[in-house]
Amino acid sequence: MTHQKLTMAQALNHALRDAMRADDTVLMFGEDVGALGGVFRITDGLTAEFGEDRCFDTPLAESGIVGMAVGLAMNGMRPVVEMQFDAFGYPAFEQVVSHVAKMRNRTRGKVTLPMVIRMPYAGGIGGVEHHCDSSESYYAHTPGLTVVAPATVADAYTLLRKAIEFPDPVIFMEPKKLYWAKEEVDLTTEQPGIGKAVVRREGRDATLIAYGPSVPIALEAADAAAAEGRQLQVVDLRSIVPFDDEKVCAAVRSTGRAVVVAEASGFASVSSEIVARVTERCFHSLAAPIRRVTGFDIPYPPPKLERHQLPGVDRILDAVDDLQWEDS
Amino acid sequence: MTTVEERLLPSAEPVQLIDEHGARHDNPQYGMPAADALVDGYAQLVVGRRINDQAGALVRQGRLAVYPSSHGQEACQVAATMVLREQDWLFPTYRDTVSIISRGVDPIETLTLLRGDWHSGYDPHERNVAPQSTPLATQLVHAVGVAHAARLKGEDTVVMALCGDGATSEGDFHEALNFAAVFKAPVVFFIQNNEYAISVPLARQTVAPSLAHKGIGYGVPGERADGNDLAGLLAVLGQAVDKARAGEGPQLVEAHTYRVQAHTNADDASRYRDDEEVTPWLERDPIKRLDAYLTEQGLLEEAHRAEATAAADKIAADLRDGLMQDVSPDPAELFQHLYAVQTPQLKEQAAFLQDEIAREEA
Ligand SMILES: Cc1ncc(C[n+]2csc(CCOP(=O)(O)OP(=O)(O)O)c2C)c(N)n1
Ligand SMILES: [Mg+2]
Repeated sequence: MTHQKLTMAQALNHALRDAMRADDTVLMFGEDVGALGGVFRITDGLTAEFGEDRCFDTPLAESGIVGMAVGLAMNGMRPVVEMQFDAFGYPAFEQVVSHVAKMRNRTRGKVTLPMVIRMPYAGGIGGVEHHCDSSESYYAHTPGLTVVAPATVADAYTLLRKAIEFPDPVIFMEPKKLYWAKEEVDLTTEQPGIGKAVVRREGRDATLIAYGPSVPIALEAADAAAAEGRQLQVVDLRSIVPFDDEKVCAAVRSTGRAVVVAEASGFASVSSEIVARVTERCFHSLAAPIRRVTGFDIPYPPPKLERHQLPGVDRILDAVDDLQWEDS
Repeated sequence: MTTVEERLLPSAEPVQLIDEHGARHDNPQYGMPAADALVDGYAQLVVGRRINDQAGALVRQGRLAVYPSSHGQEACQVAATMVLREQDWLFPTYRDTVSIISRGVDPIETLTLLRGDWHSGYDPHERNVAPQSTPLATQLVHAVGVAHAARLKGEDTVVMALCGDGATSEGDFHEALNFAAVFKAPVVFFIQNNEYAISVPLARQTVAPSLAHKGIGYGVPGERADGNDLAGLLAVLGQAVDKARAGEGPQLVEAHTYRVQAHTNADDASRYRDDEEVTPWLERDPIKRLDAYLTEQGLLEEAHRAEATAAADKIAADLRDGLMQDVSPDPAELFQHLYAVQTPQLKEQAAFLQDEIAREEA
């Protein structure tokens, strides 16, 4: 038993360290991940422990970083790369969509790419333009990519370890506003793997479906609802692709009502996909159409206006109120 | 006949007309700029330094979200705009606040982005200053387009496109140079090599002999200058602008300078470099040496200094007053500027937010 109080940033750092200790083909590289330890300190101390060949800074070019990772993975390495911020992953989009996602399929499984693209993402930190994008839908829309977003400290550790061990490329979305969230954790506890959603809170009246940065807000909303006598269940997706239809649908069937909570803009997004597939599968169990609480369909706002973009407890409770309750 | 190398490769050493002690060095290729340009430039350096210092203070007071300072790079900031004419364009980055203000953009509007009010605060068409670019090197290709459009319209506009040393590793830097060369676009690519990209030293960006050497592969003449010597920069950038204007195509200029402070207030430079590395650069300060040179030449009098200080005091006071005011941007704007015609969906979302705010306030 090794209980310790860790931030999500520290848990991610532990995951990288343990993965690098366990397998010396695991390499970590990107911008400022060496001496600085990453702008969020996720790679703190890795160069010191594993040396320049295992954790290193590259020239400043995201397409180069991801493209080189493809080659390294083709030749026996397990690269983990960091895109410094969500929006700075865009110069690598060509590599991600045209090669990272397609190599296995192109070569009928002869060339596989076990690699992880770590991406601090989403808002809530008062960042200026290009520092707060929720870009998960671009990746989730791209067949061949596995997309994961932890919401808890324990999951940050587990999911990153499993992503590094995964046989295919994983886009690992780190909700940067949760980096400093602290939790008492035991990293040796086995957690569900990639592709598995979990119920974070039981409740019989309605289901909140969330992932990444929206999970703590959903839990907060459930607390507030409980105070008003409504028991909300909270499902944390953890894995966007593969999507856990079974767990999510079972949860929704158990309550008959659902609200999807996501920070990203709602139009043509992961949240729209969730509504569509759950509706297709659970239509006859639903007492009301599934509602969504998402970011508006606008570029992420400047710091002074960002609070308007973030799903908050009140918006979630309003959406829950709208779920056609006979008694009200 | 000059050889390709003579035409395209930079000088053997960065061009320097005034050294760190204020001594003059004549250069057969680059004449000393006129005295009044240097005296005017001196005042702009003093103002630029004060903008950096004041902005730093305002971050500490929570009035700016973040500030990437050009402290120590003011000669580059000022020279980049001094060599431009009114019709020319400037393409700045997040670090180029001083350059934008020296181009004549309102200081408070300039700081809109870093204050967290909006993504850009000035009208780019007013002074021909593009919005500050944060995604590295992406603005350089836009600069080529603006320059090419000017050529198509028969205008003799030159575009000054700024970037850092780290940005030269991005693909867009290379595409911009190549496009500009192929289309003979009148762009001056001006790299402020301050030795660092956040924590990453130049040695990790390139093993080329210099960044100015990167021009030759694209057929673009490269030149380098001491980035803390305003005189050298004015001479080199002035010549590059003249050539671009004369139809000779794009020019690449690298300034050797140093990022004296951390990347931004949020950065801790002690994690990746020693103070001993910084100290000699403080000696090479751009203001100190120009002051020494101009004083020695009898060109800078107490009245000039007093005037420069007064201008710096005034802009510092303007920044304090302007940024101390609590102006909240209007949330309705979040939905107003995406499309020429607002979509029905955005209209709906704007109404939703308006209603929510009204309920909050009730
Ligand atoms: C495409 C892209 N990738 C990463 C970043 C994050 N970032 C911001 S500034 C910076 C370093 C840039 O260094 P340099 O070009 O030398 O300019 P300087 O900051 O030194 O002026 C980095 C990596 C970014 N803004 N854009
Ligand atoms: Mg730099």
